[in-house]
Amino acid sequence: MEIPEIVGAGLIVIGAGLGIGRIGGSAMDAIARQPEAAAKIQTAMIIAAALIEGIGFAALFAK
Amino acid sequence: MEMQNCMRSKFTVFFALVGFLFFTAPAVAQDENHEELHHEETHVEEGHTEEAHGDVHHEDAHHNDAAHGEEEGPKDMKDIVKETITHHLADSYEFHITEGVGFPLPIILVDNGLKVFSSSKFHHGETVAEVDGNYYKVYHSKIYKTDAEGTITYDDHHHPTNEQPLDLSITKNVFMILLMAVFMFFLFSGVAKTYKSSLTPKKAGKFLEPIIIYVRDEIAIPNIGEKHYKKYMSYLLTVFFFIWFLNLVGMTPLGVNVTGNIAITFSLALMTFIITQVSGKKDYWMHIFWMPGVPVLIRPVLAIIELIGLFVKPFSLMIRLYANMLAGHVVIMSILGLIFIFGSWFASVPFTFLTLFLSVLELLVAALQAYIFTMLTSLYFGAAVEEHDHH
Repeated sequence: MEIPEIVGAGLIVIGAGLGIGRIGGSAMDAIARQPEAAAKIQTAMIIAAALIEGIGFAALFAK
Repeated sequence: MEMQNCMRSKFTVFFALVGFLFFTAPAVAQDENHEELHHEETHVEEGHTEEAHGDVHHEDAHHNDAAHGEEEGPKDMKDIVKETITHHLADSYEFHITEGVGFPLPIILVDNGLKVFSSSKFHHGETVAEVDGNYYKVYHSKIYKTDAEGTITYDDHHHPTNEQPLDLSITKNVFMILLMAVFMFFLFSGVAKTYKSSLTPKKAGKFLEPIIIYVRDEIAIPNIGEKHYKKYMSYLLTVFFFIWFLNLVGMTPLGVNVTGNIAITFSLALMTFIITQVSGKKDYWMHIFWMPGVPVLIRPVLAIIELIGLFVKPFSLMIRLYANMLAGHVVIMSILGLIFIFGSWFASVPFTFLTLFLSVLELLVAALQAYIFTMLTSLYFGAAVEEHDHH
């Protein structure tokens, strides 16, 4: 049976969502532990999230 | 007293805007509803025919008529919404603002010499334009060379086989870029001039100074380093404001989608790529081709990976901005389109709110994408100019 492309797109979105969710959660933990480092953590978080998002979009559009 | 008046007028404007938002969408939806009602009526009649058994011939004919009417009748609302969205996302040869309002843009073709003419010659893509004995036709927003009747021939895959002249037209997107370039030039050179008399920010500088300082202190210096950052500030600021302003213009009802166009994000990413490679120092190239500090056997493997990474970085820059802006536009317009698909007053209230919410979110994304692009660009510049001391 052939699996439709849209299933792959959905899997990618799930993966990207989990990844970004983990980054966000970890950043929250880190900021709660060290509020004075919030700015640095936020920057690192946004960069990591952006990289995952980029892969998610690339895979989604390559469909 | 004056302040109260001012407050009141602000509230009036606010309520007028909200009211406008609430009443236009359902009104249009209601207008579309007429056709659906009409459809329902025919369905009822059809149902009736099945119950009543008399005069079969007459009812049969009526049934056929109804089926025929459905085929040839008005297009499905879903298709209309889809068409509107694609039309909004695509680049075009004329600046279309709303029904009947807009202006043509110049078309520049290289086809045995330069051919320059106005896009009004196409009459919104409906007719063939004749220039110096050559005929051109717009087909799926691309210009093809045709004969006088505008015949387009197809291959097996339904792709046109007509010749395509080199197209350097000032399209809607190009027009917006040029407009933005002029706007930014006058805005920023004007602001720069005010600093000659005193260091206190004046006029637009009051708004722009904190943002410029932010780009310098939070993006450029931490990523590139105190020593080298000055060289790259002009590029980083230009890219930041260019992307941000164009994202914001994309949120207006003008229907321009410049940063959601892959050709434009490609050019931006290409510029970042070239500047990174040109400013790459010895350490940068050594880290790509002969990674220090790892076993010699692994070094060629790493070189291959690093070499791929060299091109993946600008590629991801390009895709990220393009996909984010495109997805934002599609989502907002799809949810707005749901009002018309449901065609009911009840649907309009939640979907109007949802659209409002997503539009506000998109304003955040507009700034965030500009920030991320600038941030990653400066990160790559930083990697290129970094000097390590290995032992």
